[in-house]
Amino acid sequence: MSKVRVLVGTRKGAFILTSDGKRDKWEVSGPFFAGWEIYHMKGSPVDPDRIYASQTSGWFGQILQASTDGGKTWFQPGVKLEEAGPPAFPAKASNRFVYDTSDATGKPLTTHQWYDGTQHPWEFKRVWHIEPSLTDAGTVYAGVEDAALFRSTDGGESWHELPGLRGHGTGPDWQPGAGGMCLHSVILDPSNPQRIYIAISAAGAFRTDDGGATWKPINKGLYSKHIPNPTAEIGHCVHHIAMNPRRPGVLFMQKHWDVMRSDDAGDNWTKISGNLPTDFGFVIDVHSHEPETVYVVPIKSDSEHFPLDGKLRVYRSRTGGNEWEPLTNGLPQSDCYVNVLRDAMAVDTLDECGVYFGTTGGQVYVSSDAGDTWSAIVHDLPAVLSVEVQTLA
Amino acid sequence: MARSLRHRWETGETWESMAGLQSNMAPFVRVQIPYHLRNLARIDGEVQLEVAAPVTIRTVLDALEARYPMLRGTIREHDTLARRPFLRFFACEEDLSLNPPDDPLPEVVAQGKEPLLIIGAIAGGSR
Repeated sequence: MSKVRVLVGTRKGAFILTSDGKRDKWEVSGPFFAGWEIYHMKGSPVDPDRIYASQTSGWFGQILQASTDGGKTWFQPGVKLEEAGPPAFPAKASNRFVYDTSDATGKPLTTHQWYDGTQHPWEFKRVWHIEPSLTDAGTVYAGVEDAALFRSTDGGESWHELPGLRGHGTGPDWQPGAGGMCLHSVILDPSNPQRIYIAISAAGAFRTDDGGATWKPINKGLYSKHIPNPTAEIGHCVHHIAMNPRRPGVLFMQKHWDVMRSDDAGDNWTKISGNLPTDFGFVIDVHSHEPETVYVVPIKSDSEHFPLDGKLRVYRSRTGGNEWEPLTNGLPQSDCYVNVLRDAMAVDTLDECGVYFGTTGGQVYVSSDAGDTWSAIVHDLPAVLSVEVQTLA
Repeated sequence: MARSLRHRWETGETWESMAGLQSNMAPFVRVQIPYHLRNLARIDGEVQLEVAAPVTIRTVLDALEARYPMLRGTIREHDTLARRPFLRFFACEEDLSLNPPDDPLPEVVAQGKEPLLIIGAIAGGSR
């Protein structure tokens, strides 16, 4: 019987929630890396027991953890525990993310725009998102703050920037959003190994069609009224993008304000907010079997990051946008003032699509019927930063 | 020799006495690191390191990271080796954080009579 494994990153550690395919009884393990911020965890589609986790701390910086047994045990790739004997530096460092400023492979791009309009050095802060390769268990991508995309081809032991993204031309004009200048979304196209989509707050969405060598902004159709040129090529605060792997050319986006879709791989975007009560929000995801069924969690505003009227409502569109229905069964409908952060929603691939999301109040909700009814798997975790789900045979 | 000293420490002998008895070799330098880094390195309590002279912040951290490579990048940056901003170095009730990393540490630290303390700043708390 199929199983699901939900990987939850929180402000104070990682948790793994497991259930059989019914998704009504759950085992909770953790906290792993207690006390550390776990921005994201994700398993390899090639080898589901290989899981990567981004472990960070304002004091101690970035750590990358990996597991090859489904999260039971963890290690820092390339680092071996020495019982005794002569010490030795590892040849590689899994937590070393160095921006490429070489003339040979990129461009010596060293600054971006700061909040006050001046230029500011690029400074690595943390890994926001980990995206394992669809075809090679040892290859994995990392989206980082300050915004850049890194790739490892040795299971996370060492990382190298894909410098064509920062160096494609608009990099000096990128600037941080309220949460920092983070590359938070990485989508690999299963139909085209050379195509990758990424998104950055607050620069926008970008695409490569040559495996990461060259990139272009894909923000045509976005309108952000708070930037000097509301239809600029870059500068949009994209909160998250999502894609159904079965229909790779269609993308959905939750922008700062506005829910958007693209039917041409990001070349053009159309607003699909429709009848949403507010179109501010962070998460967006797509039903695993119905590519026109989309989920968002509307948040009141950019000034008040909690649900409208204290009611936690997921909105679902079965028409690819514009027509949305509130999903409330099992969700708190009074006095609820949590947020749902950008990487904190996921879907499984069971026949009856399961939908999951985590809140800053520490709840992780599941719907095993595509959103019709919800229940809390856990109530009282630390604030949830990310949720991913693995469907296991 | 190193294992012998460790065995003596684990069986109750003090560093002071061992340092005095082993006059022909460098004594162990004692280092205390924060809770989260002890977890990362999977160790309990104080760290004892053999550090060849001169005993400085740099040579102690070199020895610490050599023995516990999982700590690389957590106390000082990978390439610049700059101290991470929210960590401080103390010994003998003095803040040594801003001293040049090649300055000799106090003799009592070099002799293992006092520990070098690596301390996380008491800052933040908003999360």
